[in-house]
Amino acid sequence: MTLRVYAIAYLIFLYAPIVLLPVFAFNDATIIAFPLSGFTTDWFSQLLTTQALHRSVQNSLYIAGITALLSTILGVCAARAGAMYHFPFKRSIIGLVMIPLVLPEIIVAVSLLVVAIQILDMGLSNWTVIAAHVLICTPFSIAILNGAFQNLDPSMEEAAMDLGESRWSAFRLVTLPLVMPGIISSMLIAFTISLDEFIIAFFLTGANPTMPVYIWGLLRFPASLPVVMALGTILVSLSIVLLTIAEILRRRGMARVGVKDKGGFL
Amino acid sequence: MWAKLTATEARRGLLMISPPLIYVLIMLAFPIGAIVLFSFWTQDFMTLDTTFTLQNYREIWEQPIFGALLKRSLYVSGCVTAVTVILAFPVAYFVSFHVKPSRKSLWLFMITIPFWTSYLIRVFLWKVILGYNGVVNSGLMGIGVIDEPLTFILYNVNAVIITLAHAFAPFAILPIFVALEKIDRSLLEASQDLGESKFSTFFRVTLPLAMPGVVAAVLIVFIPTIGDYVTPELMGGAGGKLVANMIQTQFLALNNAPLGAALAIVAMLCVTAISLMFVFLNRRWLRGRS
Repeated sequence: MTLRVYAIAYLIFLYAPIVLLPVFAFNDATIIAFPLSGFTTDWFSQLLTTQALHRSVQNSLYIAGITALLSTILGVCAARAGAMYHFPFKRSIIGLVMIPLVLPEIIVAVSLLVVAIQILDMGLSNWTVIAAHVLICTPFSIAILNGAFQNLDPSMEEAAMDLGESRWSAFRLVTLPLVMPGIISSMLIAFTISLDEFIIAFFLTGANPTMPVYIWGLLRFPASLPVVMALGTILVSLSIVLLTIAEILRRRGMARVGVKDKGGFL
Repeated sequence: MWAKLTATEARRGLLMISPPLIYVLIMLAFPIGAIVLFSFWTQDFMTLDTTFTLQNYREIWEQPIFGALLKRSLYVSGCVTAVTVILAFPVAYFVSFHVKPSRKSLWLFMITIPFWTSYLIRVFLWKVILGYNGVVNSGLMGIGVIDEPLTFILYNVNAVIITLAHAFAPFAILPIFVALEKIDRSLLEASQDLGESKFSTFFRVTLPLAMPGVVAAVLIVFIPTIGDYVTPELMGGAGGKLVANMIQTQFLALNNAPLGAALAIVAMLCVTAISLMFVFLNRRWLRGRS
């Protein structure tokens, strides 16, 4: 009983900052502090007319979309290799591929910055951000896709090949439909991570800032803070929707291959 | 050629894993090699001097600011890890042992959601909570516990620790939960049948079996926190800056990439050494389990 109370108190601690977002987004004062003064939707309408914000959002959506696609493709390769094949050094290789999950992000950021600027002399663009985001999103994709690929019976593809399908079409017709929910779930998670990532993007962003880099700029000006709250409210609602869809699909995918859901994917 | 590559299962497996492996080698191993090389060069105003030298490392060793920042960073990461893991364990235990199996996913989902939502804005909101006119101060003054706003909870190391402990909470809960889920429940019954109390069963059976999860949680919180510069920048004030802020400054503001690279490597080595030591000290609990 005390444990339950503690767990609920812990959830309140986790959600405390997020709950404040809409409170200040609709508050009719330029200072983000209590007491509240009145209700307004002005901050949301200001979002509609800020051109720089629109450009950064477009940029971030572009980066997040490509990141989601690429990291999921790499994730499918790793999860399939891990679940369906035995090969030499399997554990070390998969461990190496998962390393970006625990690496401090600033290390990824500075090392790619040095390579891009000093060694390749190529300058920064959306593609430098994408390269780094694919690196950090792939381990998450692998973790999610592992759930979809494990316990997948290899004999199903073999049966398809015995019946005359090629290796590729056996994968496409038999395995792919079974793991599809996992693939979409992985794309949504990678999309959410990339859309929100700041530490690396701040180093590697080119002439057009991503949305978090743009928000970081706004945080320095007290006058723009209510607008940031409004933007945050929209972002949080959007990520909750995306994550809920991802979670539903992840569970459906596991049910489809007959795995008992053990909870989270990490 | 293709037929030869896909002839055996081992080859097919290696072929399948090669795209992510090659990506990690190009985008991680090669760049980290590059900054190691870089740290032995020096920046001479606008040009890069590529003669091999230990000058950057000597500077880090000799100038007290770097040592102080590094020490403070390790202290903050250590505190964050301790706070996060100790607070997280009971939650993981609750979800694993006291929540109905059909509701477990929902609990884990609820715990992970805040982790995915706009990091920058979440950190900033802690400023609103802990600030001079913030939620904590106006709340406490409202109920008459304090007369003046508390000032020791913002713009210092404490504020950095609270914010980071909040940010990394789900990272600590999930590995502990996974380890607890693996425990064979009949072992706990056996322990109690043999006369142990619930309390001593927890310390002699449950906790030792959960240790691999605790160790994983410690590493997964301790290592990344060293690389965060957003939280100390927003919450730390003048006295709460950490080594990651210095790395960022060297790279972006001072244009001294070689010194920044050396600093990043020193920070990385410290974290790795401490992590390996921690794993070594806990080897007893990790042995014989995969």
